[in-house]
Amino acid sequence: MSELGYFSIIISTIFVNNILLAKFLGNCPFLGTSKKMETAVGMAMAVVFVLVMAGAITWVIYYLFLLPFDLVYLRTIAFILVIASLVQFVELFLKKSIPALYAGLGIFLPLITTNCAVLGACVINIDEELGFLKSLVASFGFAVGFGVALILFAGVRERITLARVPKPLQDTSIGLITAGIIALAFFSFKGMV
Amino acid sequence: MLTALLFMLGLGAACGIMLSVASKVFYVYEDPRIAEVEAFTAAANCGGCGYTGCSAAAVAVVAGEAPPSVCILADAEAAANIAAIMGVDPGTAEPLLSYNTCTGGDRAADKYYYMGINSCQALATLYGGKHECPVGCLGLGDCVRACAFDALKIGPHGYPVVDEMKCVGCGACERVCPKDIMEIKTMSQKLLHLNQYDDRIAPCQQTCPAEIDIPRYIYQIKNGDYEGAVNTIRERNPLLLSCGRVCPHPCEDKCRRGIEDQAVSINQLKRFVADYEMNSGHHLPVSVAPSTGKKVAVIGGGPAGLSCAFFLRRLGHDVTIFDAMPKLGGMIRYGIPEYRLPKEVLAWETDGILNIGIEHKPNIMLGRDFDIGSLMAAGYDSVFLGIGAWKDYTLGVEGENLGGCYTGINFLTNFALWQQEDGAKDRQPFVGNKCVVIGGGNTAIDCVRTLIRLGAEEVSIVYRRTRKEMPANEVEIVAAEHEGVKFTFLAAPTRVIGDEEGNVTGLEYLKMELGEPDASGRRRPVPIEGSETVMDIDMLITAIGQGPDVFFKDESKRLDQDLNITRWNTIDSEDPVALQSSIPYIFTGGDSATGAALVVSAIGAGRRAARSIHLYITGEEITPPAKTLFTNNIPVSIFDSVPGIEKSERTEMPELPVEDRIKSFVEADLVISEEEALYESGRCLQCCLTCYNKDVA
Repeated sequence: MSELGYFSIIISTIFVNNILLAKFLGNCPFLGTSKKMETAVGMAMAVVFVLVMAGAITWVIYYLFLLPFDLVYLRTIAFILVIASLVQFVELFLKKSIPALYAGLGIFLPLITTNCAVLGACVINIDEELGFLKSLVASFGFAVGFGVALILFAGVRERITLARVPKPLQDTSIGLITAGIIALAFFSFKGMV
Repeated sequence: MLTALLFMLGLGAACGIMLSVASKVFYVYEDPRIAEVEAFTAAANCGGCGYTGCSAAAVAVVAGEAPPSVCILADAEAAANIAAIMGVDPGTAEPLLSYNTCTGGDRAADKYYYMGINSCQALATLYGGKHECPVGCLGLGDCVRACAFDALKIGPHGYPVVDEMKCVGCGACERVCPKDIMEIKTMSQKLLHLNQYDDRIAPCQQTCPAEIDIPRYIYQIKNGDYEGAVNTIRERNPLLLSCGRVCPHPCEDKCRRGIEDQAVSINQLKRFVADYEMNSGHHLPVSVAPSTGKKVAVIGGGPAGLSCAFFLRRLGHDVTIFDAMPKLGGMIRYGIPEYRLPKEVLAWETDGILNIGIEHKPNIMLGRDFDIGSLMAAGYDSVFLGIGAWKDYTLGVEGENLGGCYTGINFLTNFALWQQEDGAKDRQPFVGNKCVVIGGGNTAIDCVRTLIRLGAEEVSIVYRRTRKEMPANEVEIVAAEHEGVKFTFLAAPTRVIGDEEGNVTGLEYLKMELGEPDASGRRRPVPIEGSETVMDIDMLITAIGQGPDVFFKDESKRLDQDLNITRWNTIDSEDPVALQSSIPYIFTGGDSATGAALVVSAIGAGRRAARSIHLYITGEEITPPAKTLFTNNIPVSIFDSVPGIEKSERTEMPELPVEDRIKSFVEADLVISEEEALYESGRCLQCCLTCYNKDVA
């Protein structure tokens, strides 16, 4: 991915390598917060916010500390610690400085403290050996991809609530099946970039 | 290895220091109660309460924007704990409950055959659904699928049944129902509801002045749930023992079975469950909303006042009843004789009403002991005037003040006071040998039946029209006939004749004939010239009607001056549903607003006034919705014929034999047995707006 341009990175991260539907990361919020459109939008906003910040800080940690000191094997634990602290910090900051945004993001900020989609996107950025700016753009793209998939899915699920679903397939079961079909649809983006 | 340890140590320290500094720098004072409240929520962040997560809900509770019972997943105990943290009286938490308002389902007739997808939303887009009933349940269960708590299922009759134990009142069912059948309401909201043109209600419930859900309580009786039936009646009528005895049951006139068969004996069923509660020896608990701290004065302890006080108390207000008489009940205690409504029964009923937390101040009369200005000075937020109609109309003929002449209400009240207070010999009311009562209403009948029991030799009624036009209840007239009362119809008194000592000796009257119908639709009696006749009597009671006594208005030197009074001496309330007088904080209802009328009408008016007062003191709009039914009938629900009815015997009211009952004031009408009640409840068609259960297919 490192050889791609910025625009291609965005297309790639939103559609071709969608974090939810192609990489299958972050499935718990995908199922948990997609029952209502309102919740899904809130979650999508929070992920965009956190993922961009996490992408930046993990890049700095990796290239300034882990790589020079030959501590790459500490990557996972270091990233988790940094992301968690970052989210807590951001929450404190928003509460004091931008209460309106804090009220809007509400409970979704702490919910994604240890979200695997966030951690996964950061790790992918490192694995693909992206530069700092490209890493930021990719993080943003992954987050938007997450949001697009989540909002699409919430729209579908709101309609499923009213449909006749056989008893054994109700709720999460039909949700997973639907998610699979949407993922198949996204599969057609393969090879575009 | 050392590098790794140092790195992690450094990273951890950096994060820790950064967060500590941030905590200090970005510290926002948060009410410590928020954390305490949050601890009692379900911590599920489900969003069912309408706030983004439990923290936001806790913030709203502490800010006073949400009630202690905000968490839809936590139980009543948690709500009580939260209320304790907030220092408010937990009272009885008012949970929201889902309520299905349609009892049609599969039995409703169809307009067309539907083979589309299994969704009410989809079905509703096709001409509003397949049923002929415009407002009925479509039965495809959108609400069941929307319920996240498994509290709803489509019952055996094709409409949803709510499991009240599982329902959390989240409102999902209400939002998806295309026909607005599922309602999420608190008890208070249910108590405030007035019948409306788009409600799914049977003709009997439309007709009942108190708007009791009759098919529902009969269904509960049928299933042996007598306590449930009592609670259903109490949502609309706190005087079920009294009404079960004295109500002329206008509902039965509109009973759908009555079109093809004899009507269901609705009032006997009410009396049966009311007596069941009384015979069980303890009052069923009545749920009361959390206290609002508002004070309301109810003036008059009759049916209207008791009903108004009862519903205001259930809505959470502090209520004081000011009554001029020594005991509660008003006209049903001092006007209705013992043999129709035993006062022990009434006392049990009024005790139950006071038990829910209503204060009663006896022997204190408006205009004599206090005025409305003093009430407002004492901090009352609103006043209900239910002073009844206690002032007898007079004939306006010569000699009606002679000795041995009485007026109806006055006679009955004095007798009741004597009978209920001490029964002292020296204050025993005068009873003549040849007694005449003038009038054709219930008061007149009460007077003659009382006189018979007091040992009068000859008792007769003089009425200026015929038996057909008598406004008294048919059962009462029949009972009086059985007990030996004579009737002189088409006779208009013109003069009362007395002897030298000033005692009455005769009544002169003109014979009448019926002429053209008047405004009330009854044929107007026209006197026959020169037909004066004199009958020998030694006691005369005039019971030709009564109106409110509004002397307090003249006694008051303050606010009461602005109170508008109609030319019939009733308190003027422009809207008979809102019942607000010309002084905004004064409301009225019952006989004092309408003139003498039914007990059940006064009870209905009491609830309507309670609704208006509640809305007034909580600062909301009083004007009732434009689609308020107010004892009118919904045209589509009134049928000419009712197919599928098999004739069945109506359970008649058991009575004491005439020879036993005329000797004493023992209750003359008896209660039906449990088997009879179960049989009679089975005769109910369980009508809704247009559909009903047929006897035969």
